[in-house]
Amino acid sequence: MRYIDEFRDKKIIQRLITKIKDLGISEPINIMNVCGTHTVNFFKFGLNTLIPENIKVISGPGCPVCVSEEDFIDKAVAYSELKDIIIVSFGDLLKVRGTTSSLKDKRSQGKDIRVVYSSLDTLEIAINNPKKRVLFLGVGFETTAPTIGLTIKEAKKRKIKNLFFLLSLKRIPPVMEYLLNDKEIKIQGFLCPGHVSTIIGTKPYEEIVERYKLPCCVAGFEPLDILEAIYILLREILEKKPSVYNQYQRVVKKMGNPKALRIINEIFKIGPSCWRGMGKVENSGFILKDRYIDFDIERIIPLRLKKEHKKNLCLCGEVLKGKVEPLQCPLYAKVCSPLNPYGPCMVSQEGACYAYYRYQRKA
Amino acid sequence: MCLAVPMQVKRIEGGFALVSAGNLMRKVNIEMVKPLKVGDYVMVHAGFAIQKIDPQKAKDTLRIFDEIH
Repeated sequence: MRYIDEFRDKKIIQRLITKIKDLGISEPINIMNVCGTHTVNFFKFGLNTLIPENIKVISGPGCPVCVSEEDFIDKAVAYSELKDIIIVSFGDLLKVRGTTSSLKDKRSQGKDIRVVYSSLDTLEIAINNPKKRVLFLGVGFETTAPTIGLTIKEAKKRKIKNLFFLLSLKRIPPVMEYLLNDKEIKIQGFLCPGHVSTIIGTKPYEEIVERYKLPCCVAGFEPLDILEAIYILLREILEKKPSVYNQYQRVVKKMGNPKALRIINEIFKIGPSCWRGMGKVENSGFILKDRYIDFDIERIIPLRLKKEHKKNLCLCGEVLKGKVEPLQCPLYAKVCSPLNPYGPCMVSQEGACYAYYRYQRKA
Repeated sequence: MCLAVPMQVKRIEGGFALVSAGNLMRKVNIEMVKPLKVGDYVMVHAGFAIQKIDPQKAKDTLRIFDEIH
């Protein structure tokens, strides 16, 4: 078993589609996903064309690049202007515009801005450039937090003094609750993120089910995983018996990955975090603990950014909350496209606007 | 960004393992999933193995598709 092809079996896909249709649901149902990979695969495999039209799977704030605030980019851009600094980042972030420019613009102006696949690569960059400051831009959710945590731990162990971090690490369950408390957002079920849940387990969703009486299904990312999860959610909505269901049992355990959770707890504490379109959400962020504060660039070199307010027609903030679909944004496919993205949801390959543009647009 | 792919362990070297998927080979950190053995499948995210795949549970899921649905 290679854990891919088996979960793309066309016959079983057909059977699941029939099962979904046989539920006979006629009223509109909104299921929200909170993972960019769910958004991408839902459209990539054409699942939106297979399920009944009244069942909408809407994209929530599941793409870390998309939910990063302009302010984060502005800070990164400002740090890139310092003398003798190397900025290191995951790829997608470079194209996101801050108030005035993007890191990609800065790179074309000759700033040393590098893209890595893994945060661990940053250690070598720091060791090989002892006379420079190296700044890693850490964005991500619970999946990424322990990987950055391990990198910070390793940097401390190896006594690397020229490596710093600008972090925007976020937690998914608090933002799910934030959305459920917004009365304008109508969601009947959550397709919960498979790889965030790999780390945190299924337990954090129990409280959400209990408090808001709506089903949460942790799902894998292959077409069969996503369709089975949609079927389970619809059945629970229909029967009014909401529960936490783990569809992705081959990877997700009830208590998550305890080793990863231990690393998170060792390096980070829980605090507020700012989300695009939502502002500050309490308890939704990971913040460096005091004993690792020497790695926090904002403590070492504090910035004072001028707040510039720019008139902005971009609806990314509303798209991220599932209030509008990308097509409803006045910029979509007019001035905002993957080649010339305006908002972060079009920048990231996991963004809702990018996925719409790439897979949904009529030729 | 939370993308993770299943890859098979080919060799283990301390805190790292050489893993493969198709023609792709990568050296990944395995601190979060130790102990591992050659032949195991792991989910790989940003250069780190974040979980071992449970082959029995995978079979169970596929069987559920066959039986219940």
